[in-house]
Amino acid sequence: MSLIDISGNLLFVAFIAYLVATLFFGGSIKQSNATGKNTDKWGKLAIAITIIGFLSQLGYFITRWIHTGHAPVSNMFEFTTAFGMFIVAAFILIYFIYRMTALGLVALPVALLIIAYAAMFPNEVSPLVPSLQSYWLTIHVITAALGQSILAISAVAGLIYLLKVVDVTKPTKERFWLETVMFCLVLVVGFVIASSTFKAMDYESKYSYVDKEGTERQITYNMPPLFGMNEFKAIEEHGMSPIVEMPSLINAKKLTTVVWSLLVGSILYLLIRLIARRRISAIFQPFVKRVNLQLLDEIGYRSVLIGFPVFTLGALIFAMIWAQIAWSRFWGWDPKEVWALITWLFYAAFLHLRLSKGWEGRKSAWLALIGFGIILFNLVAVNLILAGLHSYASN
Amino acid sequence: MENIICACGHSNPYGTKLCEKCGRPLTEEGKQTKVVDMRYDGSAIRSKTYNKTFIDKIWNFFSSVKVGIALIIITLVSASIGTILPQEIYVNAPEAGKAEYYEKVYGWFGKLYNYLGLSDLYSTWWFQILVGMLAISIIVASLDRGIPLHKSLKNQRVRRHESFLKRQRIIAEGQVSNPEDTLEKVQQKMTDLKYNVRRDGSALLAERGRFSRYGPYINHVGLIIFLAGVMIRLVPGFYVDESIWIREGETRAIPGMEGYFIKNNKFILETHDNKPQGEQVAQGVNVVAKNFQTDVTLFKQPKGSLPGDLDNLEKVRDYSVRVNHPLKEDGFALYQMNYRMNELKQMNFDLVNKETDESLGKAEIDLTNPKKEYDLGNGSSVQILVYTPDFSGFENGEPQTKTSIPNNPAFLFKMKTPETPDGEVSFVEIMKPPLEPLGENKYRMKFASADTRNTANFTIRKDSTIPILFVGGIIFMIGVAIGSYWNHRRLWLQVEPDGKVIMAAHVNKNMFSMKKDLDAVSSFADLPPYIDQLEKSEDVEKSTEPAITKKEGDNTL
Repeated sequence: MSLIDISGNLLFVAFIAYLVATLFFGGSIKQSNATGKNTDKWGKLAIAITIIGFLSQLGYFITRWIHTGHAPVSNMFEFTTAFGMFIVAAFILIYFIYRMTALGLVALPVALLIIAYAAMFPNEVSPLVPSLQSYWLTIHVITAALGQSILAISAVAGLIYLLKVVDVTKPTKERFWLETVMFCLVLVVGFVIASSTFKAMDYESKYSYVDKEGTERQITYNMPPLFGMNEFKAIEEHGMSPIVEMPSLINAKKLTTVVWSLLVGSILYLLIRLIARRRISAIFQPFVKRVNLQLLDEIGYRSVLIGFPVFTLGALIFAMIWAQIAWSRFWGWDPKEVWALITWLFYAAFLHLRLSKGWEGRKSAWLALIGFGIILFNLVAVNLILAGLHSYASN
Repeated sequence: MENIICACGHSNPYGTKLCEKCGRPLTEEGKQTKVVDMRYDGSAIRSKTYNKTFIDKIWNFFSSVKVGIALIIITLVSASIGTILPQEIYVNAPEAGKAEYYEKVYGWFGKLYNYLGLSDLYSTWWFQILVGMLAISIIVASLDRGIPLHKSLKNQRVRRHESFLKRQRIIAEGQVSNPEDTLEKVQQKMTDLKYNVRRDGSALLAERGRFSRYGPYINHVGLIIFLAGVMIRLVPGFYVDESIWIREGETRAIPGMEGYFIKNNKFILETHDNKPQGEQVAQGVNVVAKNFQTDVTLFKQPKGSLPGDLDNLEKVRDYSVRVNHPLKEDGFALYQMNYRMNELKQMNFDLVNKETDESLGKAEIDLTNPKKEYDLGNGSSVQILVYTPDFSGFENGEPQTKTSIPNNPAFLFKMKTPETPDGEVSFVEIMKPPLEPLGENKYRMKFASADTRNTANFTIRKDSTIPILFVGGIIFMIGVAIGSYWNHRRLWLQVEPDGKVIMAAHVNKNMFSMKKDLDAVSSFADLPPYIDQLEKSEDVEKSTEPAITKKEGDNTL
């Protein structure tokens, strides 16, 4: 077995471990007759499995690093996987400060979704272009991802907070938005199911099209085409033809992926609703009934406090130093740079609102969720939609 | 404005909320509340005190945290608008054709986007004013609050009035049997916990991490230094941004870098020899670049030499300029930015008889510096009447060139041979049959071969503001780390001789850790149990869920 195979297997082990640990975390706080002692015992087991998973993923990271010769954070698959790993690391850190078991019940599924999402991208080892050949790749990307991961824990705490305080029996705006957050999580599952199903079927259709600058190009769809590219012509078509042709501005292949994910995700969501006969937020509510709100609020705030300086260092300062070396200017208003700045400004506003306007509790929890939304936007949308110097993963 | 005389006799500046000496609340509002507002330790904040003159109003506007947050949010939203379409500098179109590009590619939206200036959003006057206002807000708010806070923290008294202590979030009251013993024990334990303990008779103040209160002000100073550095770039001489294309073998003066010359010895492009797969195939990329490198020699003119004197250049050093490895010299840096492979350097033509294909001689034309006439010997010669390096068509019968780069050279030749002493005229364009505007010729210029070379593009950059930005960045990081990773914890203890004890505690953030300290000291010194006054009031607020009236879940959850 080669090093890269070992690496892949370690990642798989980590994934399974996180899955098992999630169940244990759920079990530890669900029991109706839970006593402190009981919870403690199950919780300890759960965190032990989490740590095993983390070590295994760390093994993946290190072996892949040795194999490729550079820190495995250079494309969408590698970066997103590492982001998932750092979220687990941040969770372990916060767990050992506050010993709150309920965090695991949300932090691990979030990490699982992120790793599963990452796995949908090509995982081949790709060589580095000249601009990425620098030790700053390691320093900048890892620090930035670590900062984002610690900030993400505040969203985890915020989500648990809201799951507990939002009254899901009454039709309020809060109930709607909370359920929207849960729906978005299901959509990620929808994307994973759709991608892996078509991948398993080896689906491929090839088209030629005319891009926005008038050049003729080719594109390969890995999902049955719902939308066709501008002036598309089939080269090799399977199953179905595109239903609607899109103007050259819109990448119909990506739109197809989004719509398939939406379709599968929505069906999945409806199934869950039909089977459970409850909102997803209501399914989770019993798990978090006994959590200490004040402590959750404190954790949410504290993780922003811990994560903010790390994020600043990694995503802005180290980024500027590297940009000065590689691109001759420390700042160039590239979309990724702008969105890092936006993230930073947002958390700065979060801290000021909390300190002087007293935005604690619910408001703070909502802000934490929005902040995580911005981080994910920067990861997903900026890489895949807004083209720029950082779009190493877009196609 | 009059000073406020507290019940303890201390005279406080107008606007003070908590007496500087004893801590009694001085405002009606303060007297009413159960837990007093401890921000800025109740000192007089200018913006909360004066609102009469025009200057007061301006000051109050910028010192308001609400305004500051609004400015942050507006900046954030504006910045995001600039990412909807690519900014002008990233658009692949010539300077003059950018407006057209937006309309052509993005339709009416692109036209509007460009028309509104959003395609160069970050240099618009309004965006810069926004950032400027943010900077003013940071300065004013920091001065407004930082100075009074510093004064009040520096002049803290150990003994505080009961009304101050009772309005803290953490409070404990009760009786102890041995007052002196309790004070001693608390002092000992708090010292062990690395608190700085001061005593004033029966009163005790234990304090830890006071410096963390300065964190926000320090990071604001760092931000202001950073922004000042960015502004200074506009001063001439602080910032140089030039570009140069240089062909292999050429030596050229470096623009912006007085007295320096650079020679391009060789440009190297290396590619990875991996088998394309996955993402690479999906993107249709056949090869991935591995290295862009130009081997250069840097020269310097000796002191006192004439500006045009290139014969006595002093060699500074050889260097391989690569991406991520700029050549640094004298505060300047040269970056490998771009390249052109296989640019035509020289074209060789044979003058041949059309019928016999017999050559009368060869003309070797240097495309960057062509001669007027080439003597081929034996009475034959070729004259270049017109040379267009980058031929783009005829206009009024005149051949036109798009650029001065020999991408598509074309020539109007006049060929003279002993047979045709008056000369024949022929227009020769690369890869095309010759045009013979003055009638059928006997001779023609036959393309023989061409030499090519590579061209490298460098950016020359000097940014003297970088040390300033660096200092600003470091100060910011120190400030933000101090403010985030440390916190200011205080514990007040007063034990009357009759054993009546009152303890209060305050922490600016991270109550969780403070409570750990409190638990430790309470059990060590047998203090009465403390209560968290905010926790109680929050429970009342949450009474929408009547089922949970008992204590909130335990911390192990």
